[in-house]
Amino acid sequence: MAILEVKNLKKNFGGLEVLKGIDFSLEKGDVMAVIGSSGNGKTTLLRCINFLETPDEGEITMNGEILFDASAKNSTDENDIRKKRLHFGLVFQNFNLFPQYTVLGNVMLAKELLEKEKPGFAKNRKKIKAEIEAEAKALLEEVGLSDKLDFYPHQLSGGQQQRVAIARALALKPDILCFDEPTSALDPELTAEVLKVIKSLAKSNMTMIVVTHEMTFAREVANRIIFMDEGRILEEGSPEDIFENPKHERVREFIGGIGTI
Amino acid sequence: MEEMQIFLSLSLDFAEINEVLRSLNEGFVKSLEIFVLTLLGAFPLGLIIAFGSMSKIAIIRWFNKFMVWVIRGTPLMLQLIIIYYGPGIILNNNWWGSGSTGRFIAAMIAFILNYACYFSEIYRGGIEGIPKGQYEAGEVLGMTKSQIFFRVVLLQVIKRIIPPMGNEIITLVKDTSLVRVISVYELMWNGQNFIKSEGIIWPMLFTGVYYLLFSGLLTLFLGWLEKKMDYFKV
Repeated sequence: MAILEVKNLKKNFGGLEVLKGIDFSLEKGDVMAVIGSSGNGKTTLLRCINFLETPDEGEITMNGEILFDASAKNSTDENDIRKKRLHFGLVFQNFNLFPQYTVLGNVMLAKELLEKEKPGFAKNRKKIKAEIEAEAKALLEEVGLSDKLDFYPHQLSGGQQQRVAIARALALKPDILCFDEPTSALDPELTAEVLKVIKSLAKSNMTMIVVTHEMTFAREVANRIIFMDEGRILEEGSPEDIFENPKHERVREFIGGIGTI
Repeated sequence: MEEMQIFLSLSLDFAEINEVLRSLNEGFVKSLEIFVLTLLGAFPLGLIIAFGSMSKIAIIRWFNKFMVWVIRGTPLMLQLIIIYYGPGIILNNNWWGSGSTGRFIAAMIAFILNYACYFSEIYRGGIEGIPKGQYEAGEVLGMTKSQIFFRVVLLQVIKRIIPPMGNEIITLVKDTSLVRVISVYELMWNGQNFIKSEGIIWPMLFTGVYYLLFSGLLTLFLGWLEKKMDYFKV
């Protein structure tokens, strides 16, 4: 069964229709790459799924539970929205680490705040904190930053910052991790170290949606690719379908264009 | 011998110096009171006005923006006079009474309101200067709005606003001398008094030393605070 189902998602920004009805579903362990030229709604799609934007139409279902349905009355209660959000993690193009926290602090903060709200936190404070810290350290080891725990974000390279951001998102154990052009702000060397981390996540069966311009990466790591054009999914399929046998001229142009550069 | 005595009485009249310093110290305590109370009132009030002028509700936003415009657009001295004399003249009802306490309260209201308006603009600049991504990162990590404000945004705002706030705070040190227009006796008033009562001008000039030393101490403190925040970059 699909864990995520998105149906007929539409989004307007002041009369400009950025998403014109998006449908797709994800199975557990899927890595879906979203490609297409800039300004065709890829980022908006991710932002809708992460509740940073409210879609005008459509439905989002997670493990059979309706998270969002534009035709029904959706709860605007902050706690409800937070709970829904926690199904997803989002890694931003510009990392958006919290500058006044150390690497370890960035990874621990949200989890700590979440645990604090649960009953029984006060009693087991020390134990819970130690657990969160141990988990955070394990995640940072996974992304290769064990030696940077006490560094502040401004002391790190972009690639290191992005790896912290990935660990930070993973700390909340999302069902689906989303990446919004995670390497666009990085030079090729740093891009490689971030992509390596995402690749290893794919191997560990993490379900992911990756908006990216890294075609080689999309081809290697994703098992599904959707090509977005003017707010619609113009074509979707396996990497072989899209890269070797594109049905649409527009997709062929896009991929061919990249190939010739 | 006699000459010597005349010389001493001219140059170093210890009794007079004592009297002057006692009076200036007393005035300085009053100035310090105004300074501290203004900050205590204007720091939180400024934040409220800042949120007001960023409100989604148009009427609240415009009310706050209008107030900031009026307060920043007119002299503090005029505001002191209007707040102190206004009720008596316009409403025919002098709320402040005739005592020094009433005058002091009127002065504090004018100062707190005035500085809160300036602070509010500094806060607003600081808050609006925080990248949207900081809020969004907090949101996708399941944090509440207040957690995002207090745990993520606030310290970054504080770091950003220390230099402009420092400017205002140093200005406030000297602005305290304005309360004399409604006869609140502070440092400079007490210094100037010696011109009338004793015919000596040095006490008034000497008040400058008080202001300099105090703003010097504040400058050192603000510098220390900035350094304290050096461990991260915004």
